[in-house]
Amino acid sequence: MLAVPSIDVRHLRKVYGEVVAVDDLTFAVQHGAVLGLLGGNGAGKTTTISMLLGLLEPTAGEIHVLGIDMRRQRYAALPRMNFSSPYVDLPHRLTVRQNLLFYGRLYGVKQLRRRIDEIAELMQVAAFLDRQTGKLSAGQKTRVALAKALINKPDVLLLDEPTASLDPDTADWVRTYLKDYQAQTQATILLASHNMSEVERLCDDVILLQSGRVFDRGSPRELIERFGREDMEQVFLDMARGRGRGLEALRRNEAAK
Amino acid sequence: MSGSVGRIHALVLRHIYIWRSSVMRLVDTIYWPAVQMVMWGFMTQYLLPQASFVAQAGGILLSGLLLWEVVVRGNLSLSIAFLEEMWSRNLGHLFVSPIRSWEMATGIIIAALLRTLLGLIPVSLMAWAFFGFSIYSLGLPLLAFFAILQMFSWSIGLAMSGLIMRVGQSAETFAWAAVFILMPISGVYYPISVLPHWLQVLSYGLPTSYVFEGMRAILLQHTVHWHLLGLAFALSVAYLVAGFQIFLWFFRASRRAGSLLSQGE
Repeated sequence: MLAVPSIDVRHLRKVYGEVVAVDDLTFAVQHGAVLGLLGGNGAGKTTTISMLLGLLEPTAGEIHVLGIDMRRQRYAALPRMNFSSPYVDLPHRLTVRQNLLFYGRLYGVKQLRRRIDEIAELMQVAAFLDRQTGKLSAGQKTRVALAKALINKPDVLLLDEPTASLDPDTADWVRTYLKDYQAQTQATILLASHNMSEVERLCDDVILLQSGRVFDRGSPRELIERFGREDMEQVFLDMARGRGRGLEALRRNEAAK
Repeated sequence: MSGSVGRIHALVLRHIYIWRSSVMRLVDTIYWPAVQMVMWGFMTQYLLPQASFVAQAGGILLSGLLLWEVVVRGNLSLSIAFLEEMWSRNLGHLFVSPIRSWEMATGIIIAALLRTLLGLIPVSLMAWAFFGFSIYSLGLPLLAFFAILQMFSWSIGLAMSGLIMRVGQSAETFAWAAVFILMPISGVYYPISVLPHWLQVLSYGLPTSYVFEGMRAILLQHTVHWHLLGLAFALSVAYLVAGFQIFLWFFRASRRAGSLLSQGE
Protein backbone atom coordinates (compact mmCIF):
# COMPACT_ATOMS: atom_id res chain seq x y z
CA MET A 1 0.00 0.00 0.00
CA LEU A 2 1.37 3.38 -1.00
CA ALA A 3 1.62 6.01 1.73
CA VAL A 4 0.87 8.79 -0.77
CA PRO A 5 -2.26 9.03 -2.91
CA SER A 6 -2.00 7.42 -6.35
CA ILE A 7 -3.21 10.66 -7.89
CA ASP A 8 -2.69 13.97 -6.15
CA VAL A 9 -3.85 17.14 -7.92
CA ARG A 10 -3.51 20.58 -6.38
CA HIS A 11 -4.88 23.90 -7.60
CA LEU A 12 -4.89 22.74 -11.19
CA ARG A 13 -5.77 25.42 -13.71
CA LYS A 14 -5.89 25.56 -17.50
CA VAL A 15 -6.62 28.72 -19.44
CA TYR A 16 -6.94 29.04 -23.22
CA GLY A 17 -6.79 32.74 -24.01
CA GLU A 18 -9.72 34.13 -22.04
CA VAL A 19 -11.43 30.77 -21.56
CA VAL A 20 -10.86 29.06 -18.22
CA ALA A 21 -11.21 25.33 -18.96
CA VAL A 22 -10.20 24.07 -15.49
CA ASP A 23 -10.12 26.32 -12.45
CA ASP A 24 -8.42 25.57 -9.13
CA LEU A 25 -9.10 21.84 -9.20
CA THR A 26 -7.81 19.96 -6.16
CA PHE A 27 -8.41 16.28 -5.45
CA ALA A 28 -6.65 13.08 -4.45
CA VAL A 29 -7.35 9.47 -5.35
CA GLN A 30 -6.15 6.87 -2.90
CA HIS A 31 -4.49 3.64 -3.99
CA GLY A 32 -7.07 1.16 -5.26
CA ALA A 33 -9.93 3.67 -5.43
CA VAL A 34 -12.13 4.58 -8.39
CA LEU A 35 -12.84 8.27 -8.84
CA GLY A 36 -15.46 9.51 -11.28
CA LEU A 37 -15.24 12.88 -12.99
CA LEU A 38 -18.76 13.80 -13.90
CA GLY A 39 -19.90 16.76 -15.89
CA GLY A 40 -21.52 17.89 -19.10
CA ASN A 41 -19.77 18.70 -22.36
CA GLY A 42 -17.05 21.29 -21.78
CA ALA A 43 -17.02 20.74 -18.01
CA GLY A 44 -13.26 20.05 -18.06
CA LYS A 45 -13.15 16.25 -17.76
CA THR A 46 -11.03 15.53 -20.84
CA THR A 47 -8.86 18.58 -20.14
CA THR A 48 -8.16 17.28 -16.64
CA ILE A 49 -7.28 13.79 -17.89
CA SER A 50 -5.06 15.27 -20.60
CA MET A 51 -3.16 17.27 -17.99
CA LEU A 52 -2.78 14.20 -15.77
CA LEU A 53 -1.24 12.33 -18.69
CA GLY A 54 1.02 15.18 -19.76
CA LEU A 55 -0.74 15.68 -23.11
CA LEU A 56 -1.63 19.16 -22.00
CA GLU A 57 0.53 21.65 -20.09
CA PRO A 58 -1.35 23.10 -17.10
CA THR A 59 -1.38 26.87 -16.72
CA ALA A 60 -0.86 26.40 -12.98
CA GLY A 61 -1.03 23.74 -10.29
CA GLU A 62 0.67 20.51 -9.32
CA ILE A 63 0.08 16.94 -10.41
CA HIS A 64 1.63 13.93 -8.70
CA VAL A 65 0.92 10.40 -9.89
CA LEU A 66 2.27 7.52 -7.80
CA GLY A 67 4.21 10.15 -5.88
CA ILE A 68 5.94 11.39 -9.05
CA ASP A 69 5.79 15.02 -10.17
CA MET A 70 4.20 14.77 -13.61
CA ARG A 71 5.38 18.20 -14.72
CA ARG A 72 9.02 17.28 -14.16
CA GLN A 73 9.37 13.49 -14.24
CA ARG A 74 6.43 12.17 -16.21
CA TYR A 75 8.52 9.47 -17.92
CA ALA A 76 9.09 7.83 -14.53
CA ALA A 77 5.34 7.41 -14.04
CA LEU A 78 4.12 6.72 -17.60
CA PRO A 79 5.21 3.03 -17.74
CA ARG A 80 2.89 2.39 -14.76
CA MET A 81 -0.06 4.27 -16.27
CA ASN A 82 -2.30 3.80 -19.26
CA PHE A 83 -5.43 5.28 -20.74
CA SER A 84 -8.30 4.91 -23.14
CA SER A 85 -10.30 7.63 -24.85
CA PRO A 86 -12.81 7.79 -27.69
CA TYR A 87 -10.92 10.85 -28.95
CA VAL A 88 -7.83 8.80 -29.74
CA ASP A 89 -7.62 5.79 -32.04
CA LEU A 90 -5.18 2.98 -32.55
CA PRO A 91 -3.50 2.81 -35.98
CA HIS A 92 -6.23 1.63 -38.36
CA ARG A 93 -4.06 -0.31 -40.74
CA LEU A 94 -2.37 -2.42 -38.11
CA THR A 95 -4.00 -5.63 -37.01
CA VAL A 96 -5.16 -5.91 -33.43
CA ARG A 97 -2.19 -8.16 -32.64
CA GLN A 98 0.27 -5.70 -34.22
CA ASN A 99 -1.22 -2.85 -32.20
CA LEU A 100 -0.91 -4.82 -28.99
CA LEU A 101 2.66 -5.84 -29.90
CA PHE A 102 3.50 -2.20 -30.65
CA TYR A 103 2.14 -0.81 -27.41
CA GLY A 104 3.35 -3.77 -25.37
CA ARG A 105 6.89 -3.05 -26.59
CA LEU A 106 6.54 0.68 -25.88
CA TYR A 107 5.49 -0.13 -22.32
CA GLY A 108 8.27 -2.72 -21.93
CA VAL A 109 5.87 -5.59 -21.16
CA LYS A 110 7.70 -8.83 -20.31
CA GLN A 111 6.63 -12.07 -22.03
CA LEU A 112 4.59 -9.95 -24.37
CA ARG A 113 3.12 -12.65 -26.60
CA ARG A 114 1.83 -14.55 -23.59
CA ARG A 115 0.38 -11.32 -22.20
CA ILE A 116 -1.35 -10.60 -25.53
CA ASP A 117 -2.93 -14.07 -25.57
CA GLU A 118 -4.03 -13.52 -21.97
CA ILE A 119 -5.52 -10.06 -22.51
CA ALA A 120 -7.09 -11.12 -25.81
CA GLU A 121 -8.89 -13.89 -23.99
CA LEU A 122 -9.99 -11.62 -21.16
CA MET A 123 -11.22 -8.83 -23.43
CA GLN A 124 -12.76 -11.27 -25.91
CA VAL A 125 -10.73 -10.01 -28.84
CA ALA A 126 -8.95 -13.30 -29.62
CA ALA A 127 -11.26 -14.03 -32.56
CA PHE A 128 -10.16 -10.93 -34.45
CA LEU A 129 -6.54 -10.55 -33.35
CA ASP A 130 -5.37 -10.74 -36.96
CA ARG A 131 -7.94 -8.37 -38.44
CA GLN A 132 -7.14 -4.73 -39.24
CA THR A 133 -8.20 -2.52 -36.35
CA GLY A 134 -9.88 -0.01 -38.68
CA LYS A 135 -12.26 -2.68 -39.95
CA LEU A 136 -13.72 -3.58 -36.55
CA SER A 137 -17.11 -2.51 -35.21
CA ALA A 138 -17.32 0.25 -32.56
CA GLY A 139 -17.79 -2.31 -29.79
CA GLN A 140 -14.85 -4.39 -30.95
CA LYS A 141 -12.66 -1.27 -31.21
CA THR A 142 -13.56 -0.32 -27.65
CA ARG A 143 -12.58 -3.75 -26.38
CA VAL A 144 -9.28 -3.49 -28.30
CA ALA A 145 -8.67 -0.01 -26.86
CA LEU A 146 -9.23 -1.41 -23.37
CA ALA A 147 -6.91 -4.32 -24.13
CA LYS A 148 -4.26 -1.75 -25.10
CA ALA A 149 -5.00 0.24 -21.92
CA LEU A 150 -4.48 -2.88 -19.79
CA ILE A 151 -1.55 -4.38 -21.69
CA ASN A 152 0.99 -3.19 -19.09
CA LYS A 153 -1.23 -4.00 -16.06
CA PRO A 154 -1.24 -0.31 -15.09
CA ASP A 155 -1.27 0.83 -11.48
CA VAL A 156 -3.15 3.94 -12.59
CA LEU A 157 -5.76 3.71 -15.33
CA LEU A 158 -7.36 6.81 -16.83
CA LEU A 159 -10.55 6.18 -18.76
CA ASP A 160 -12.26 8.91 -20.72
CA GLU A 161 -15.84 7.88 -21.54
CA PRO A 162 -14.94 4.19 -21.87
CA THR A 163 -18.42 3.15 -22.96
CA ALA A 164 -19.25 6.06 -25.28
CA SER A 165 -21.05 4.94 -28.45
CA LEU A 166 -21.42 1.36 -27.25
CA ASP A 167 -24.64 -0.61 -27.28
CA PRO A 168 -26.05 -1.33 -23.79
CA ASP A 169 -24.93 -4.95 -23.83
CA THR A 170 -21.30 -4.15 -24.70
CA ALA A 171 -21.28 -1.20 -22.31
CA ASP A 172 -22.51 -3.46 -19.50
CA TRP A 173 -19.84 -6.01 -20.35
CA VAL A 174 -17.13 -3.32 -20.20
CA ARG A 175 -18.34 -2.05 -16.81
CA THR A 176 -18.43 -5.57 -15.39
CA TYR A 177 -14.92 -6.21 -16.65
CA LEU A 178 -13.56 -2.96 -15.20
CA LYS A 179 -15.14 -3.70 -11.83
CA ASP A 180 -13.59 -7.18 -11.77
CA TYR A 181 -10.21 -5.88 -12.96
CA GLN A 182 -10.13 -3.23 -10.29
CA ALA A 183 -11.09 -5.72 -7.57
CA GLN A 184 -8.40 -8.16 -8.66
CA THR A 185 -5.51 -5.74 -9.20
CA GLN A 186 -6.33 -2.91 -6.80
CA ALA A 187 -5.52 -0.51 -9.65
CA THR A 188 -6.43 3.13 -9.17
CA ILE A 189 -8.94 4.25 -11.77
CA LEU A 190 -9.99 7.73 -12.79
CA LEU A 191 -13.09 7.62 -14.92
CA ALA A 192 -14.59 10.52 -16.86
CA SER A 193 -18.10 9.84 -17.99
CA HIS A 194 -21.47 11.21 -19.02
CA ASN A 195 -23.09 7.97 -18.02
CA MET A 196 -24.65 8.17 -14.56
CA SER A 197 -25.36 4.48 -14.06
CA GLU A 198 -21.75 3.76 -14.97
CA VAL A 199 -20.51 6.22 -12.38
CA GLU A 200 -22.90 4.87 -9.76
CA ARG A 201 -21.81 1.33 -10.42
CA LEU A 202 -18.04 1.80 -10.66
CA CYS A 203 -17.01 4.80 -8.58
CA ASP A 204 -16.16 5.02 -4.88
CA ASP A 205 -16.04 8.77 -5.10
CA VAL A 206 -17.34 11.33 -7.59
CA ILE A 207 -16.36 14.89 -8.46
CA LEU A 208 -19.11 16.89 -10.13
CA LEU A 209 -17.49 19.34 -12.52
CA GLN A 210 -19.16 22.38 -13.98
CA SER A 211 -17.38 24.97 -16.12
CA GLY A 212 -14.03 23.63 -14.99
CA ARG A 213 -14.75 23.97 -11.26
CA VAL A 214 -15.67 21.44 -8.58
CA PHE A 215 -19.43 21.72 -8.16
CA ASP A 216 -19.72 19.05 -5.50
CA ARG A 217 -18.05 15.82 -4.46
CA GLY A 218 -18.70 12.66 -2.48
CA SER A 219 -19.60 9.03 -2.96
CA PRO A 220 -22.54 8.39 -5.29
CA ARG A 221 -24.70 7.52 -2.26
CA GLU A 222 -23.68 10.69 -0.41
CA LEU A 223 -24.41 12.86 -3.43
CA ILE A 224 -27.79 11.23 -4.01
CA GLU A 225 -28.72 11.76 -0.35
CA ARG A 226 -27.37 15.32 -0.25
CA PHE A 227 -29.31 16.29 -3.36
CA GLY A 228 -32.39 14.48 -2.06
CA ARG A 229 -32.69 12.46 -5.24
CA GLU A 230 -33.05 8.82 -6.22
CA ASP A 231 -30.11 8.37 -8.53
CA MET A 232 -27.09 10.09 -10.03
CA GLU A 233 -28.97 10.98 -13.18
CA GLN A 234 -31.26 13.27 -11.18
CA VAL A 235 -28.26 14.68 -9.32
CA PHE A 236 -26.62 15.46 -12.64
CA LEU A 237 -29.75 17.15 -13.96
CA ASP A 238 -29.99 19.28 -10.81
CA MET A 239 -26.43 20.43 -11.39
CA ALA A 240 -26.90 20.97 -15.12
CA ARG A 241 -30.19 22.86 -14.75
CA GLY A 242 -29.35 24.68 -11.51
CA ARG A 243 -32.37 23.47 -9.57
CA GLY A 244 -32.98 22.20 -6.00
CA ARG A 245 -29.79 21.37 -4.19
CA GLY A 246 -28.00 22.07 -7.47
CA LEU A 247 -29.13 25.69 -7.28
CA GLU A 248 -27.85 26.03 -3.71
CA ALA A 249 -24.48 24.64 -4.67
CA LEU A 250 -24.40 26.86 -7.72
CA ARG A 251 -25.02 29.97 -5.59
CA ARG A 252 -22.39 28.89 -3.10
CA ASN A 253 -19.85 28.36 -5.87
CA GLU A 254 -20.68 31.72 -7.43
CA ALA A 255 -20.20 33.40 -4.05
CA ALA A 256 -16.85 31.64 -3.63
CA LYS A 257 -15.69 33.01 -7.02
CA MET B 1 19.17 2.54 -22.58
CA SER B 2 17.85 -0.95 -23.41
CA GLY B 3 14.36 0.44 -22.84
CA SER B 4 15.09 3.14 -25.40
CA VAL B 5 16.29 0.58 -27.94
CA GLY B 6 13.13 -1.48 -27.38
CA ARG B 7 10.86 1.53 -27.89
CA ILE B 8 12.72 2.69 -31.03
CA HIS B 9 12.57 -0.89 -32.34
CA ALA B 10 8.81 -0.96 -31.64
CA LEU B 11 8.27 2.24 -33.62
CA VAL B 12 10.29 1.00 -36.60
CA LEU B 13 8.42 -2.32 -36.58
CA ARG B 14 5.12 -0.42 -36.49
CA HIS B 15 6.03 1.16 -39.86
CA ILE B 16 7.22 -2.13 -41.31
CA TYR B 17 3.81 -3.61 -40.40
CA ILE B 18 2.15 -0.88 -42.45
CA TRP B 19 4.38 -1.45 -45.48
CA ARG B 20 3.68 -5.17 -45.30
CA SER B 21 -0.04 -4.53 -45.27
CA SER B 22 -0.01 -2.05 -48.16
CA VAL B 23 1.90 -2.91 -51.31
CA MET B 24 0.61 0.29 -52.93
CA ARG B 25 2.58 2.37 -50.43
CA LEU B 26 5.79 0.68 -51.51
CA VAL B 27 4.90 1.05 -55.18
CA ASP B 28 4.31 4.76 -54.55
CA THR B 29 7.79 5.00 -53.01
CA ILE B 30 9.38 3.73 -56.22
CA TYR B 31 6.96 5.16 -58.80
CA TRP B 32 7.86 8.88 -58.88
CA PRO B 33 11.66 8.50 -58.74
CA ALA B 34 11.35 5.87 -61.48
CA VAL B 35 9.29 8.18 -63.73
CA GLN B 36 11.77 11.03 -63.22
CA MET B 37 14.73 8.78 -63.84
CA VAL B 38 13.28 7.48 -67.12
CA MET B 39 12.50 11.02 -68.31
CA TRP B 40 15.95 12.39 -67.49
CA GLY B 41 17.55 9.23 -68.84
CA PHE B 42 16.02 9.82 -72.27
CA MET B 43 16.84 13.53 -72.03
CA THR B 44 20.48 12.64 -71.41
CA GLN B 45 20.50 10.28 -74.38
CA TYR B 46 19.04 13.02 -76.56
CA LEU B 47 21.62 15.59 -75.43
CA LEU B 48 24.67 13.31 -75.55
CA PRO B 49 25.48 13.68 -79.26
CA GLN B 50 24.62 17.40 -79.27
CA ALA B 51 26.28 18.93 -76.24
CA SER B 52 29.97 18.57 -75.51
CA PHE B 53 29.41 19.39 -71.83
CA VAL B 54 27.03 16.48 -71.35
CA ALA B 55 29.19 14.28 -73.55
CA GLN B 56 32.03 14.79 -71.10
CA ALA B 57 29.96 13.44 -68.28
CA GLY B 58 26.75 11.84 -69.46
CA GLY B 59 25.79 10.94 -65.92
CA ILE B 60 25.57 14.51 -64.63
CA LEU B 61 21.83 14.94 -65.08
CA LEU B 62 20.97 11.46 -63.83
CA SER B 63 23.34 11.83 -60.86
CA GLY B 64 21.74 15.18 -60.02
CA LEU B 65 18.31 13.64 -60.30
CA LEU B 66 19.08 10.59 -58.17
CA LEU B 67 20.86 12.62 -55.49
CA TRP B 68 18.05 15.18 -55.39
CA GLU B 69 15.62 12.30 -54.96
CA VAL B 70 17.57 11.36 -51.83
CA VAL B 71 16.54 14.74 -50.39
CA VAL B 72 12.93 14.56 -51.62
CA ARG B 73 12.39 10.95 -50.56
CA GLY B 74 14.10 11.50 -47.21
CA ASN B 75 11.84 14.42 -46.39
CA LEU B 76 8.71 12.69 -47.68
CA SER B 77 9.48 9.43 -45.89
CA LEU B 78 10.02 11.18 -42.58
CA SER B 79 6.94 13.36 -42.95
CA ILE B 80 4.79 10.38 -43.91
CA ALA B 81 6.12 8.34 -40.99
CA PHE B 82 4.99 11.11 -38.66
CA LEU B 83 1.75 11.83 -40.50
CA GLU B 84 0.81 8.14 -40.23
CA GLU B 85 0.34 8.78 -36.52
CA MET B 86 -1.82 11.84 -37.18
CA TRP B 87 -3.88 10.24 -39.93
CA SER B 88 -4.74 7.39 -37.58
CA ARG B 89 -5.45 9.75 -34.63
CA ASN B 90 -2.80 7.88 -32.68
CA LEU B 91 -0.69 10.78 -31.40
CA GLY B 92 -2.49 10.83 -28.05
CA HIS B 93 -1.68 7.18 -27.33
CA LEU B 94 1.89 7.65 -28.47
CA PHE B 95 2.63 10.75 -26.43
CA VAL B 96 1.29 9.24 -23.19
CA SER B 97 3.29 6.05 -23.65
CA PRO B 98 6.82 5.95 -22.18
CA ILE B 99 8.43 6.82 -25.54
CA ARG B 100 10.48 10.01 -25.33
CA SER B 101 10.66 12.68 -28.02
CA TRP B 102 14.20 11.79 -29.10
CA GLU B 103 13.30 8.10 -29.24
CA MET B 104 10.30 8.93 -31.40
CA ALA B 105 12.44 11.09 -33.70
CA THR B 106 15.07 8.33 -33.96
CA GLY B 107 12.45 5.67 -34.72
CA ILE B 108 10.84 7.82 -37.38
CA ILE B 109 14.25 8.63 -38.91
CA ILE B 110 15.17 4.93 -39.13
CA ALA B 111 11.78 4.13 -40.70
CA ALA B 112 12.28 7.01 -43.15
CA LEU B 113 15.78 5.80 -44.03
CA LEU B 114 14.50 2.29 -44.77
CA ARG B 115 11.70 3.68 -46.89
CA THR B 116 14.09 5.92 -48.84
CA LEU B 117 16.41 2.98 -49.52
CA LEU B 118 13.45 0.82 -50.56
CA GLY B 119 12.51 3.47 -53.09
CA LEU B 120 15.89 4.55 -54.42
CA ILE B 121 17.92 1.34 -54.64
CA PRO B 122 15.54 -0.23 -57.22
CA VAL B 123 15.51 3.04 -59.20
CA SER B 124 19.31 3.27 -59.20
CA LEU B 125 19.44 -0.31 -60.53
CA MET B 126 16.89 0.62 -63.22
CA ALA B 127 19.12 3.53 -64.31
CA TRP B 128 21.97 1.07 -64.72
CA ALA B 129 19.82 -1.48 -66.57
CA PHE B 130 18.07 0.96 -68.96
CA PHE B 131 20.67 3.67 -69.53
CA GLY B 132 23.92 2.01 -68.57
CA PHE B 133 24.46 4.60 -65.85
CA SER B 134 25.58 3.56 -62.38
CA ILE B 135 25.33 6.11 -59.57
CA TYR B 136 27.66 3.79 -57.67
CA SER B 137 30.47 4.88 -60.03
CA LEU B 138 30.74 7.96 -57.81
CA GLY B 139 32.52 5.62 -55.42
CA LEU B 140 33.12 6.27 -51.73
CA PRO B 141 31.95 9.93 -51.86
CA LEU B 142 28.48 8.62 -52.71
CA LEU B 143 28.18 7.40 -49.12
CA ALA B 144 29.11 10.86 -47.86
CA PHE B 145 26.66 12.50 -50.30
CA PHE B 146 23.91 10.17 -49.16
CA ALA B 147 24.55 10.77 -45.46
CA ILE B 148 24.67 14.55 -45.90
CA LEU B 149 21.51 14.72 -48.02
CA GLN B 150 19.59 12.35 -45.74
CA MET B 151 20.40 14.30 -42.59
CA PHE B 152 19.44 17.56 -44.28
CA SER B 153 16.13 16.10 -45.53
CA TRP B 154 15.35 14.75 -42.05
CA SER B 155 15.94 18.18 -40.54
CA ILE B 156 13.31 19.66 -42.86
CA GLY B 157 10.98 16.71 -42.25
CA LEU B 158 11.25 17.10 -38.47
CA ALA B 159 10.58 20.83 -38.62
CA MET B 160 7.58 20.32 -40.95
CA SER B 161 6.21 17.49 -38.77
CA GLY B 162 6.38 19.80 -35.78
CA LEU B 163 4.55 22.51 -37.70
CA ILE B 164 1.78 20.07 -38.72
CA MET B 165 1.52 18.80 -35.14
CA ARG B 166 0.97 22.36 -33.96
CA VAL B 167 -1.31 23.84 -36.62
CA GLY B 168 -2.95 20.67 -37.95
CA GLN B 169 -3.14 18.92 -41.25
CA SER B 170 -3.89 22.14 -43.13
CA ALA B 171 -0.10 22.60 -43.08
CA GLU B 172 0.45 19.25 -44.79
CA THR B 173 1.25 20.89 -48.14
CA PHE B 174 4.36 22.39 -46.55
CA ALA B 175 5.62 18.92 -45.74
CA TRP B 176 5.59 17.98 -49.41
CA ALA B 177 6.70 21.34 -50.83
CA ALA B 178 9.33 22.59 -48.37
CA VAL B 179 12.38 21.00 -49.99
CA PHE B 180 11.46 22.20 -53.49
CA ILE B 181 11.95 25.82 -52.41
CA LEU B 182 15.61 24.92 -51.91
CA MET B 183 16.07 23.12 -55.22
CA PRO B 184 16.85 26.20 -57.38
CA ILE B 185 19.63 27.35 -55.04
CA SER B 186 21.09 23.90 -54.41
CA GLY B 187 22.72 23.65 -57.85
CA VAL B 188 21.14 20.29 -58.65
CA TYR B 189 21.51 20.57 -62.44
CA TYR B 190 23.77 23.63 -62.82
CA PRO B 191 26.77 25.12 -61.01
CA ILE B 192 26.20 27.54 -58.14
CA SER B 193 28.28 30.12 -60.05
CA VAL B 194 25.35 30.83 -62.41
CA LEU B 195 23.32 32.21 -59.49
CA PRO B 196 23.38 35.94 -58.61
CA HIS B 197 25.93 36.68 -55.92
CA TRP B 198 23.40 37.17 -53.10
CA LEU B 199 21.80 33.82 -53.92
CA GLN B 200 25.21 32.16 -53.94
CA VAL B 201 25.67 33.35 -50.35
CA LEU B 202 22.38 31.68 -49.41
CA SER B 203 23.27 28.62 -51.43
CA TYR B 204 26.51 28.00 -49.56
CA GLY B 205 24.54 27.96 -46.36
CA LEU B 206 22.96 24.73 -47.55
CA PRO B 207 24.75 21.37 -47.40
CA THR B 208 23.01 20.32 -50.62
CA SER B 209 25.03 22.86 -52.65
CA TYR B 210 28.34 21.29 -51.62
CA VAL B 211 27.07 17.84 -52.55
CA PHE B 212 25.98 18.79 -56.08
CA GLU B 213 29.14 20.83 -56.67
CA GLY B 214 31.10 17.88 -55.34
CA MET B 215 29.27 15.50 -57.65
CA ARG B 216 30.14 17.63 -60.68
CA ALA B 217 33.76 17.87 -59.54
CA ILE B 218 33.98 14.07 -59.48
CA LEU B 219 32.28 13.55 -62.84
CA LEU B 220 33.95 16.41 -64.73
CA GLN B 221 37.34 16.80 -63.04
CA HIS B 222 37.66 13.42 -61.29
CA THR B 223 38.43 15.29 -58.06
CA VAL B 224 36.97 14.80 -54.59
CA HIS B 225 36.89 17.92 -52.41
CA TRP B 226 36.85 16.15 -49.06
CA HIS B 227 37.22 19.35 -47.04
CA LEU B 228 34.03 20.73 -48.64
CA LEU B 229 32.24 17.46 -47.94
CA GLY B 230 33.40 17.71 -44.35
CA LEU B 231 31.94 21.21 -44.15
CA ALA B 232 28.68 19.98 -45.70
CA PHE B 233 28.55 17.12 -43.20
CA ALA B 234 28.98 19.54 -40.29
CA LEU B 235 26.27 21.78 -41.75
CA SER B 236 23.90 18.81 -42.06
CA VAL B 237 24.48 17.82 -38.43
CA ALA B 238 23.75 21.43 -37.40
CA TYR B 239 20.55 21.46 -39.48
CA LEU B 240 19.48 18.11 -38.01
CA VAL B 241 19.97 19.38 -34.45
CA ALA B 242 18.06 22.54 -35.36
CA GLY B 243 15.27 20.48 -36.99
CA PHE B 244 14.89 18.38 -33.84
CA GLN B 245 14.85 21.50 -31.65
CA ILE B 246 12.13 23.01 -33.84
CA PHE B 247 10.15 19.75 -33.54
CA LEU B 248 10.50 19.91 -29.74
CA TRP B 249 9.50 23.58 -29.71
CA PHE B 250 6.32 22.79 -31.65
CA PHE B 251 5.68 19.79 -29.36
CA ARG B 252 5.83 22.01 -26.28
CA ALA B 253 3.63 24.60 -28.00
CA SER B 254 1.11 21.83 -28.86
CA ARG B 255 1.08 20.70 -25.23
CA ARG B 256 0.27 24.23 -24.14
CA ALA B 257 -2.42 24.68 -26.79
CA GLY B 258 -3.97 21.25 -26.33
CA SER B 259 -3.70 20.26 -29.97
CA LEU B 260 -2.19 16.80 -29.38
CA LEU B 261 -5.51 15.18 -28.56
CA SER B 262 -7.51 16.71 -31.38
CA GLN B 263 -5.41 15.83 -34.42
CA GLY B 264 -6.51 13.36 -37.02
CA GLU B 265 -8.44 12.73 -40.18
